[in-house]
Amino acid sequence: MTTIEDFGEFETAWCPGCGNFSILKALKKALADSGLAPHQVLLVSGIGQAAKTPHYLRCNVFNGLHGRALPAATGAKLANPGLHVFVESGDGCSYGEGGNHFLAALRRNVDITMLVHDNQIYGLTKGQASPTTLHGQATKAQPQGAPSQAFNPVTVAVAMQAGFVARGFAGKPDHLADLIRQAHAFPGFALVDILQPCVSFNKVNTFAWYTERVWDIPEDHDPADWSQAMTLARQFGDRIPIGVIRRDESRPTFESHFPVLQEGPLFGRTPDRAKLTQLMESYM
Amino acid sequence: MRLSKNILIAGEAGQGLVTVGMLLAKALVRSGYEVFVTQGYESRIRGGHNTFAVRTGLGPIRAGIRDVDLLIALNQESISLHREELTENALVLVDAEHEDQGATRDADQEAKKDRALRVPFAELAPQKVFHNIVALGVAARLLGLPENVITDLVRETFAKKETDVVEKNVNVLQAATAWAAEHSATFQPLPEPPKPAKRMVLNGNQAVALGALAAGTRFCAFYPMTPATGVALTLGAAAKDFGLVVEQAEDEIAAINMAIGASYAGAPALVPTSGGGFALMTEGISLAGMTETPLVLVLGQRPGPATGLPTRTEQGDLNLALYAGHGEFPRAILTPGSIEECFRLTHTAVDMAERSQGPVIVMTDQYLADTIQAIPPFDLEMLAEPSRPARTCDEPHAYKRYAFTEDGVSPRLLPGTGEHLVVLDSDEHTEDGHITEDLAIRKRMVEKRLGKERKLREAALAPTYIGDEQSDLLLICWGSTLGPADEAAEILRKEGCNVGLLHFRQVWPLRPEQFLERLRQARETVCVEGNATGQFAGLLRKDVGFSVSRSILRYDGLPFTAADILRELNIETGRAQESHEAMER
Ligand SMILES: Cc1ncc(C[n+]2csc(CCOP(=O)(O)OP(=O)(O)O)c2C)c(N)n1
Ligand code: SF4
Repeated sequence: MTTIEDFGEFETAWCPGCGNFSILKALKKALADSGLAPHQVLLVSGIGQAAKTPHYLRCNVFNGLHGRALPAATGAKLANPGLHVFVESGDGCSYGEGGNHFLAALRRNVDITMLVHDNQIYGLTKGQASPTTLHGQATKAQPQGAPSQAFNPVTVAVAMQAGFVARGFAGKPDHLADLIRQAHAFPGFALVDILQPCVSFNKVNTFAWYTERVWDIPEDHDPADWSQAMTLARQFGDRIPIGVIRRDESRPTFESHFPVLQEGPLFGRTPDRAKLTQLMESYM
Repeated sequence: MRLSKNILIAGEAGQGLVTVGMLLAKALVRSGYEVFVTQGYESRIRGGHNTFAVRTGLGPIRAGIRDVDLLIALNQESISLHREELTENALVLVDAEHEDQGATRDADQEAKKDRALRVPFAELAPQKVFHNIVALGVAARLLGLPENVITDLVRETFAKKETDVVEKNVNVLQAATAWAAEHSATFQPLPEPPKPAKRMVLNGNQAVALGALAAGTRFCAFYPMTPATGVALTLGAAAKDFGLVVEQAEDEIAAINMAIGASYAGAPALVPTSGGGFALMTEGISLAGMTETPLVLVLGQRPGPATGLPTRTEQGDLNLALYAGHGEFPRAILTPGSIEECFRLTHTAVDMAERSQGPVIVMTDQYLADTIQAIPPFDLEMLAEPSRPARTCDEPHAYKRYAFTEDGVSPRLLPGTGEHLVVLDSDEHTEDGHITEDLAIRKRMVEKRLGKERKLREAALAPTYIGDEQSDLLLICWGSTLGPADEAAEILRKEGCNVGLLHFRQVWPLRPEQFLERLRQARETVCVEGNATGQFAGLLRKDVGFSVSRSILRYDGLPFTAADILRELNIETGRAQESHEAMER
């Protein structure tokens, strides 16, 4: 059995009151609840405030480039399917810089858990609009208001038949921990988009703003029903549903398409000289 | 008399000229001849003008040649486009039924010089799909290849199809051969070959892929781009048998990041691409440098800037490879000059990447990627087992991925193989991999990373030198220019000149002790490279402080031939030797 303490305690560089703290807490709880030991876990991130999360807990870490967490995580998971791979990143990182990778990940269905700290703003670069910033919201870089329509990651993920799509809220860490645990247990790509207040740069989507709007998805919602999931996914306004929006295990994982992965990880295999000789003969 | 003949198959894309060409090349090799195939194609799937040139004869043959002895014209345009290249006794195979005005006129002109052989394609093969085989049968007969060799080859090639298809092909082949037997009088067959030995017939891309497999490459991510795609396709075809994963990524940025992720988790990884894709990968190269992750990139050059000439060749990306990625970190760049070296150096690259824990770039180009040659099977016993990371350590809880060491190389472990944790970061980091803004640590980490360059330099592959101990004229080249430069040097030697050739199969890092004396001793140094600005000559100047006497440069999209180099040299040395006379050895 592992405990929250196994995942360590680190000094952070976040602003006091930031939503990231409770996400970190929820993540640690989910890892412990899932019975994972630190060395079995790989956290992959890009660049941003959210992407620093892996440094604040004991586990394997690949803190790569802005927007590129998903490809790196995909490569690592394919090289060693035994690793429990989580992607930690922000809305700018995942849906802006890495937008193409997000779409590709939804199509691939690699068994990765993706946690997006969605603060609807760029935190690390001090307050520019992100893809999820609401249309018309004024920021330092967009004083006349964000000119583009906001991206709804949850709708896109459901539309693309992702197997597991959930929305969580940093203000409800226990609820969030449970979502992360479920996402990890899901065999395939799982997205948890997390409403995360940025106390320094997003003066609109505050703790109070989210608290007023979030409501728990009722028990009778059937996440396997795609149309129901689509209806819920599109709600983002006066009322924002949180919980598991979609769950469907019918798609095979990406890894299962590669017969060579059935024999385990790709390391530690020596080149087969007999087969190479045969291959050379095929060129004669 | 010439010892080699150049057979040019020309026609539109989609006419199957590569199929005929490959069959002909294989038949020649199985009969005991050498081959050197150069391909030219346009960026389109149907139509356009494509060429498949098989230079063959008794060896050695190290490069392509422009002069044509046998032109297999699959369409009428081929005759007019290649008329200037025909040698005096050349023969042109044309379809007797070409109705096109231009074709008739072109064929008539050649007929006047006794150079056209009108083949009744329709009569010999009622169905158009078999016209290929007619061309093959006639050519094989003209060249004097044994009939059983070519029949066996056709049977093998179509064996996977229904028996019916095999028999139809063989019947057409026999009809074509019989017809040619009565009409081959004007063409002089190839000289008697030595007893044939078993050899592979493969191109540069395939040799690169085999080298990667031999070195234990387990992961390849790519985004298609000519001319490098063939590397990924060859690996993809072998993936199931050889236990590797090949993934077509959503773009080059994904491809390189995926490969770095895979390498981090223990799969030796390779990414093939061309200039534009490589340009997109540069941030990832920098990531491999910062995170000290082994990675092999194959950069198949084609002419730029931007999309350039997508299907032609150039050596214009040396500066890109040298400086790709921001910040300062070590890398190695290997530049094979032959199919054999494509195999050997890719194998070496995997090992170098592992030992230096960083990026290693293998540079080819369209010419080398598509060049086909016959070579003996690679000696697998001779290959060293590439270095691989440990999977456990004595004190897992004290493990530090970036521990400071004497030579800058830290012990590398894989994540998830024990209690240890592997923490990697693109930010500046501490010994245990965590973000730091401690400027003293920053300085030491920079020095640690750069310190690894010494290791790469010590292991640098010396340039190959061919020639007498002292040379008056020293030709310098890198990568695919080896073949034509070597042939040019040899022709000049036969004329009594003292010519040396220095070929760089590694262009970075350079180790001057290995070659500087040789450069200094030569009376004249001429750098031959396929770009417009003399990038390698520039590197020698900057890094080694040596200025070559002059450069011979080609950048029209076509590969060098020995004749090109001789022509350029003649202007300088005043040797009034007609280039193609020089080829008549
Ligand atoms: C290629 C590249 N472009 C830009 C940056 C600068 N940058 C760092 S983080 C960031 C945005 C972060 O926003 P988000 O992903 O929403 O994360 P947050 O900081 O809000 O958690 C940007 C633009 C970078 N590091 N790399
Ligand atoms: S800037 Fe915003 S996201 Fe970043 S730490 Fe501060 S509050 Fe959190």
